[in-house]
Amino acid sequence: MAKHHIAFTVNGDPVEALCETQQTLLDVLRDELELTGTKEGCGTGDCGACSVLVDGRLVCSCLMLGIEASGKSVETIEGMGRGEELHPLQRKFLEHAALQCGICTPGFLVAAKSLLDRNPDPTETEVRYWLAGNLCRCTGYDKIVRAVMDAAAEMRRA
Amino acid sequence: MRYESPETLEAAVALLASEAGEARVLAGGTDLLVQLKTDVVEPQLLVDVKRIGELREVRREAGGYRIGAAVTGAELKEHPELKSVWPGVIEAANLIGSTQIQGRATLGGNLCNGSPAADSVPALIAAGARATAVGPGGRRDIAVEDIVLGPRRLSLGRGEIVASFLLPPRPPRAADAYLRFIPRTEMDIAVVGAGVSLTLDGSGGIADARVALGAVAARPLLVPEAGKALIGSTLDGKTLSRLEEAVRAACQPIDDKRGTREFRIKVAGVMTRRAAQKAYERARSR
Repeated sequence: MAKHHIAFTVNGDPVEALCETQQTLLDVLRDELELTGTKEGCGTGDCGACSVLVDGRLVCSCLMLGIEASGKSVETIEGMGRGEELHPLQRKFLEHAALQCGICTPGFLVAAKSLLDRNPDPTETEVRYWLAGNLCRCTGYDKIVRAVMDAAAEMRRA
Repeated sequence: MRYESPETLEAAVALLASEAGEARVLAGGTDLLVQLKTDVVEPQLLVDVKRIGELREVRREAGGYRIGAAVTGAELKEHPELKSVWPGVIEAANLIGSTQIQGRATLGGNLCNGSPAADSVPALIAAGARATAVGPGGRRDIAVEDIVLGPRRLSLGRGEIVASFLLPPRPPRAADAYLRFIPRTEMDIAVVGAGVSLTLDGSGGIADARVALGAVAARPLLVPEAGKALIGSTLDGKTLSRLEEAVRAACQPIDDKRGTREFRIKVAGVMTRRAAQKAYERARSR
């Protein structure tokens, strides 16, 4: 079976890749495009470590075939900061020590940014529900939630 | 494994019907990709139906709503009218998985995955939704309760695809609700699910009622006796007892690590009573 030739954009840049049918978008990002910021946790859509945006919609990249991304706009953790300048969410995660091992962090950041893009002033409950599909086994979540709330407050003042 | 993403239903049906080996429809993929990864299914052909316009739209039809089978949970939630007209259907669809899963998961996929515990299915059955299926023999309408026969077994023929669902016109004082029991607050599979849809008469009595259950039998169940128990009442204590009795009599659950048989039967009554009360309050406030 010949490989599929797929073309889409990642963080605004056009990319092309060859992939097998069963390769997920996560596989294509990491193994074909060498964008390893997006992490594989469970591989079954339970943990959210592989969260990316596809056409503006938050999804698990492990639950989508690479070929399904053809013609779409994909946003990953690599597009979050601007050069050396961290996104406010990234800065607040550091300030609040909202990470330890770091495997879940890119997924949390992508998911949290997608929430704040839609709702700049979420309640703590809204943050917790929105992020319920992102699992962290280190922090106990409180520091992550505080970092998101603080980043939201800062971004509203900006 | 081949992948095709046709733009018409006719092309999709032709691909599925002509595949000699196993073929699977790919909608949101939130169940199918996990099954592929764990070799539960090993199809030769995947037919991605998300480029077929008819499966991706929500529109008014015959006084009701026609919902494409590949519309996602997130899109349903954002629809300006659906949540107020069919709150039970939408809350059920939105219980499926996380924000990330909602971005992909579809009503058609939740139904055709064939799980007895699918959250949106009892709500669709209670709502009286009819599915339109398209196959090599043409189009037909099927009541949603007649589609799942057992775990992973459907009444659809070879090459037949569920294209959309029709939610019927809603009288002015009518509402629905869906509740499920899970041992945590989020991200779990129903141990029991209960959908109730009610229509009230001018004086607040229940004129029509449909009750459906999930996860308490080999397939999602319509329970006509439970609906009958509600009709003519204003949801008084005696009526609720009769409702619970009818629901418990219909349950034929398995015993597993998520809940014993006895527990599921008891909780099915409780969940249905609460769903009926929620639907009744919603209908009365209209």
